[in-house]
Amino acid sequence: MKIGAPKETAPGEARVALTPESAGRLQKLGYECIVESGAGTAASITDEAFEAAGVEVVASAADLWKNADVIVKVREPSADEIDAAPDGKILIGFIWPASNEALLEKMKARHMSVLAMDMVPRISRAQKMDALSSMANIAGYRAVIEAGNNFGRFFMGQMTAAGKVPPARVLVVGAGVAGLAAIGTSVALGAITMAFDVRPEVAEQIESMGAEFVFLDFEDDDDNRQTDGAETGGYAAPSSPEFREKQLEKFRELAPEVDIVITTALIPNRPAPELWTEDMVEAMKPGSVIVDLAAERGGNCTLTRADEKIVTDNDVTIIGYTDFPSRMATQSSNLYANNIRHMLDDLTPDKDGTPVIDMDDDVIRGTLVTHQGEITWPPPAPKVKAIASAAPKKKEPEETAGEKTAREAAELRKSLNRTGLMLGVGGLLCLGLGFVAPPSFMQHFIVFVLSVFVGYHVIWGVAHSLHTPLMAITNAISSIIIVGALLQVGSGSSPVMILAAISILVASVNIFGGFLVTRRMLAMFQRS
Amino acid sequence: MSEGFITAAYVVAAVLFILALGGLSNQEKAKRAIWYGIVGMALAVAATIVATSDSPGIGLIAALVVIGGIAGSVVANRVQMTQMPELVAGFHSLVGLAAVFIGINADLEMTRALAAQDAGTVADLAGFAATIAQKSAVELSILKVELFLGIFIGAITFTGSIIAYGKLAGKLSSAALTLPGRHALNLIALIACLVLGYLYLDGAGLWTMIAVALIAGLIGCHLILAIGGADMPVVVSMLNSYSGWAAAAIGFTLGNDLLIVTGALVGSSGAILSYIMCKGMNRSFVSVILGGWGGETQSAAAVDGEMIAADADAVALAVADADSVIIVPGYGMAVAQAQASVSALTKKLRDQGKSVRFAIHPVAGRLPGHMNVLLAEAKVPYDIVLEMEEINDDFPSTDVVIVIGANDIVNPAAQDDPGSPIAGMPVLEVWKSRQVFVCKRGRGTGYSGIENPLFFKDNTRMFYGDAKASMDALLRELG
Repeated sequence: MKIGAPKETAPGEARVALTPESAGRLQKLGYECIVESGAGTAASITDEAFEAAGVEVVASAADLWKNADVIVKVREPSADEIDAAPDGKILIGFIWPASNEALLEKMKARHMSVLAMDMVPRISRAQKMDALSSMANIAGYRAVIEAGNNFGRFFMGQMTAAGKVPPARVLVVGAGVAGLAAIGTSVALGAITMAFDVRPEVAEQIESMGAEFVFLDFEDDDDNRQTDGAETGGYAAPSSPEFREKQLEKFRELAPEVDIVITTALIPNRPAPELWTEDMVEAMKPGSVIVDLAAERGGNCTLTRADEKIVTDNDVTIIGYTDFPSRMATQSSNLYANNIRHMLDDLTPDKDGTPVIDMDDDVIRGTLVTHQGEITWPPPAPKVKAIASAAPKKKEPEETAGEKTAREAAELRKSLNRTGLMLGVGGLLCLGLGFVAPPSFMQHFIVFVLSVFVGYHVIWGVAHSLHTPLMAITNAISSIIIVGALLQVGSGSSPVMILAAISILVASVNIFGGFLVTRRMLAMFQRS
Repeated sequence: MSEGFITAAYVVAAVLFILALGGLSNQEKAKRAIWYGIVGMALAVAATIVATSDSPGIGLIAALVVIGGIAGSVVANRVQMTQMPELVAGFHSLVGLAAVFIGINADLEMTRALAAQDAGTVADLAGFAATIAQKSAVELSILKVELFLGIFIGAITFTGSIIAYGKLAGKLSSAALTLPGRHALNLIALIACLVLGYLYLDGAGLWTMIAVALIAGLIGCHLILAIGGADMPVVVSMLNSYSGWAAAAIGFTLGNDLLIVTGALVGSSGAILSYIMCKGMNRSFVSVILGGWGGETQSAAAVDGEMIAADADAVALAVADADSVIIVPGYGMAVAQAQASVSALTKKLRDQGKSVRFAIHPVAGRLPGHMNVLLAEAKVPYDIVLEMEEINDDFPSTDVVIVIGANDIVNPAAQDDPGSPIAGMPVLEVWKSRQVFVCKRGRGTGYSGIENPLFFKDNTRMFYGDAKASMDALLRELG
């Protein structure tokens, strides 16, 4: 079967769904790859590079659609493209089925099997094909770079001979994939980075990236509490009005301090929440920059205009580009092509170059939007939950001083009782033994009991790391049993002598072997 | 030779043995401590030989000791450090064998002494038989009980150690053998031994003791055969303990305090080690001894997700970026003999100014402290080799963790999944670090046969391959 990548027709789209590298991997799966001439040019991939990787370059989109069995794309196809397409192709790309129902109908009419990269379920098995995440990662990085490009100062604080430079202060709102990527980039550039998210469980991730989590002074009332991200497949959900008020109040407080704001807050299937209001923009210092990654859905900042960069009256730059991944076309083509390649990996279980659409596979079923003349979107709920729901944290009640003493006293009493019981039983047993046993035995018995005690105390002091030498040395000294054999070997009876002689032999093997091995081991322990 | 001199020598020897064990509390003292043990042993043997020097066997004794000594030295010098578990297990069997023989001898001597008493020729007897001839009837009964114990424990130690050796050396399958009604079998054998012991007390003669030795031998085989590979640390230390108790029982038989003291020291040492091992696995001693992971545990939660593989250059990149690295070795490192490569890796990273430490779980490997010995052999400084309690809190602040051939000891199911067979076992919390690489031969499960959710975590990458080959590849990548 042939996999083909046409040149993207959407204006300004620089990405391509196939790279020479991914083509190589696809060929290993048994596919042939073709590409439309010039498809990779905007992503700095020449036709020659494709040819060198064994990819056939065809002159026109029509040729490509005719020859390829599987079409891989970045953007959803235009109506014209679908109209021109032959029947029964498999199409993989971003489709956005929720807002493109007319397109779905058209594709259905063409008997296409369409896999939407934006519908890949968020389960760990499917992470490798999660193109939304890989694109969001790029957008987050690029957002910081764009901000820096429009910001008149350093990110990192410096002490120079010419004077002190304060570090830039960056606030990232929304710590999804893009937000975390922005945090990482900003921290790496040396800025003081703060981040906010309505999902409390990401606080740890934010801190692990080196940013400071912005906490709200909010009553931890369960009704108002932020929803658990696990319930919504790892995405944020709308927050309560009280919570939102608190949040805005906090942002108002931060606005005069921060130099760069990067907003990435999105809620699935809703317009972007408005988090950075006009008065906050007015409160910001001149020269500050706002990058709104939610611009496509109306923007988190009130003043954002999609696909535009504007400068406000108080000299705050607001960037509302929606094509960040496309602005880094080489990188994003590379990652996107890899996502596609992983998808085809799963579609080709036999590695024989024949895609199999397995309706029982959660990932494939979730991604499939039209198949065999039917619209299969929306998919049934996946069998696997996106994220294991966090076990509710148990609250350990703080014990008061009184309770603590009481508990300690109870523990002490318990251990005293146990010790007392054991001593009592042991003592009685000894007494009983003393009644029947002759004094000569009791003498040895005392030695035995005392030795067990000494052994017990000495052995607990042995270092963990020396347990193997301990075993070797105890093994060596347990061959003290040779003394018994030595005492017997002088006996007049020959069977006794033979047995004793064998005992001496094996015990001396043990003595020498045991001590030598112990020494070898101990000699190896060295301090650095 | 005077009785007093021998007693004095024995007292000194006993004190030296205690010092030898006590000296193992730290690595530097330990090197001196071993000499206490050697001197103590030499003193005890020499004093005994001198004491019995009037007997004709002195030349024979010397010859036997020399032959045995040479054999022991050769074995000790040839053995690889990775073979330490089977060596120690093998040595235990020798002590068990000696205990059985000496016990049988004691019975032969007793018979001779009693015959001599009847014939009125007590004065002709020498050595041990002479002491016995002076004993009263009650003392003789006690002697018989001690003898029974010595032979019984000795025989279990002997065969059990041989089986343990076979399993550790890979000559026997390490899987747990579960015969139908195995507990009943053990119980019947035990009762048979007790009955035979009773008959013996009643005067039934030597054959009962030989029968006890044989049956106890079977018990030893069966007990250890029923214990799976992962429980081997407990088995080895348990056999260690048994060999001590056997020596103590023989000491009672012979009325020899040095044997009693030493036996008790070794016995309690082995018992404590077994206890520590069991605690490391959160299992009761009894359930380990009676064999196998219980069949009636709840089914463990299924793991969903995917193991993601990484190759050497990905690992090298992550390690090169890391400031702090923790290496978690397991039995797989020993099997692949990878400790030298691991040591070279450690040195390289430390030379680059990174913090490299080792986290050792109490039951890593097949012997208590197994990993420490291997790392020491490869010249890893012991002050960067830490035990579980010391290092477990440091994982969240660690950049990269490399798990080499370990599985169950890093299994998060022990904490998260109450249905897991290892639930509650203390484990190294490697998954809390930023990135975990698991070096492993294949996708199979560990000794316990339990799926490990760690391998499916987002921050885990599987670094497939033989541990040594993988470490060498990593070293090459790091240049």
